Amino acid sequence: MKKEFKIIAQLIENNTRVLDVGCGDGILMKYLKDNKNIDTRGLEISKKNVQVCIGKGLAVIEGNAEKDLQQFPNLSFDYVILSQTLQAFYNPEKVINDLLRVANKAIVTIPNFGYWKVRSHLLFKGTMPITKNLPDEWYNTPNLHMCTIKDFFNFCSKKRIKLYKSIALHEQKTSNINKMNLNLKNLSSELGIFLIENEN
Amino acid sequence: MNTEKNIKKIIIKKPLTLDCGKTINNYPLAYETYGKLNEKKDNAILAFHALSGDQFVSGINPITNKSGWWSHLVGPNKSIDTNKFFVICANVIGGCMGSYGPSYIEPSTSKRLDTNFPVITINDMVNAQYNLLEFFKIDKLFCVTGGSMGGMQVLQFVANYPNKSKTAVPIACSASHSAQNIALNELGRQAIMADQNWNKGNYFNTNSSPDKGLAVARMAAHITYLSKKGLEEKFGRKLQERDNLKFSFDADFQIESYLRHQGSAFVDRFDANSYLYITRAMDYFDLIKQYNGNLSNAFKESKTKFFIISFTSDWLYPTSENKEIVIALNSSGSDVGFIEINSDKGHDSFLLDVPDFLKSVKNFVEANY
Repeated sequence: MKKEFKIIAQLIENNTRVLDVGCGDGILMKYLKDNKNIDTRGLEISKKNVQVCIGKGLAVIEGNAEKDLQQFPNLSFDYVILSQTLQAFYNPEKVINDLLRVANKAIVTIPNFGYWKVRSHLLFKGTMPITKNLPDEWYNTPNLHMCTIKDFFNFCSKKRIKLYKSIALHEQKTSNINKMNLNLKNLSSELGIFLIENEN
Repeated sequence: MNTEKNIKKIIIKKPLTLDCGKTINNYPLAYETYGKLNEKKDNAILAFHALSGDQFVSGINPITNKSGWWSHLVGPNKSIDTNKFFVICANVIGGCMGSYGPSYIEPSTSKRLDTNFPVITINDMVNAQYNLLEFFKIDKLFCVTGGSMGGMQVLQFVANYPNKSKTAVPIACSASHSAQNIALNELGRQAIMADQNWNKGNYFNTNSSPDKGLAVARMAAHITYLSKKGLEEKFGRKLQERDNLKFSFDADFQIESYLRHQGSAFVDRFDANSYLYITRAMDYFDLIKQYNGNLSNAFKESKTKFFIISFTSDWLYPTSENKEIVIALNSSGSDVGFIEINSDKGHDSFLLDVPDFLKSVKNFVEANY
């Protein structure tokens, strides 16, 4: 299991209810179910991945987060996970609001567009950046709303969303992000992992 | 119509009060089984058949000598592997393959019930079939499954008996029969009743049954089981054994010939009055109304694990109606999976060799057994 999922799993308490939005082939869900006694549900857009998840005995629904999150009642989960898909939505703000409606806490990870390799690609090559976490060309990428760790940090304070935990990931190493080191982490990290909660 | 010796039956003594208010007892329920019930009795699957189906799920149907209606899915080494699972299927009450229905001969009068048969519902069908658990001494089924009207019975079963099945797989169905579907069923019924031979349902002793009406009903229904694209690919405008149009009302086109064949083959194995009663039961099905407008209340008490399947080209029980069930299950916090299978074969996809569908069911049952 990749490092990002290990960090997410550590952020989640045992014996809870979790919704994994964009659960892919269900690796994280299966881990949470088997190792932390977590009652998991998944939402996944790819039919092929849904097939794989069903074959693992996971409760996964084929659907699109922007249309299908609304079917889940308020606070029906303890946690909701959104791994590296926020940037692919038409309306990321609405999705974040929906996540914090269906669960108390949300774990959101974003590929950091502020990472120095991304910046230098655009600066020196003058073409849209292609990296390990952003592998597609500009004309076929599903990403619509790229953001940086700093953007997401600022978004949360502006929208009165409580940042419970902010973790920077770079080459398997993790570190905490805070106001003091924000600019540095925004430059040096490939991925941002955020545990957020409604302030109200 | 029935070759009685090939039909297994239980006589149900326990009285059943039907939704119409009438109570029945000592009535027959015809069934068939595939595979073996294991010692722990935890491998039983109850399959519910659709409108024109019967208890002969797999292998060769001994009455029609054709393959069972779900032989792509159920059988040795199939998705529902009868080397491993014990599959039970009963002919619904109202049916014409040995269960209590319009063709049942009342012992006191030695006459067929015909239109004296009470109007039954999906709920009545399910309650009658529940007696099979007692008969086989099964405390809890592994799975209840079925497509179309069979899927409706799955939903009703879990609502009525919340913890009598570990899993449930309703396929290509709806929690509430739509106006469009009621309209299509009414078309079929009117075709039967407009046939003079129907004779207000008392055709058995007249030596002439409403074959034409029933055939038209079947033809109309059959179109609704296919899709525009499927028809286009299979038939297009191809002519039937001729090079040119005949300028007549013969079956010039292959699709006409195909439908005529479907109609005439159906009357050989199906009873017109059964068709009236079963379509009526489907029309009356409204699980949402049964639970006062909130479908999730139907599943509130249940721990059954659901897997819902729909098909892209099914316009009779479209994905949107299947998704309503998913939404209700999510609202009640149930354990539910859902997939929409890509297929051009319309509503009939659940009966056909659609590899993604067959794989999905296999994945689900294997992962949960």
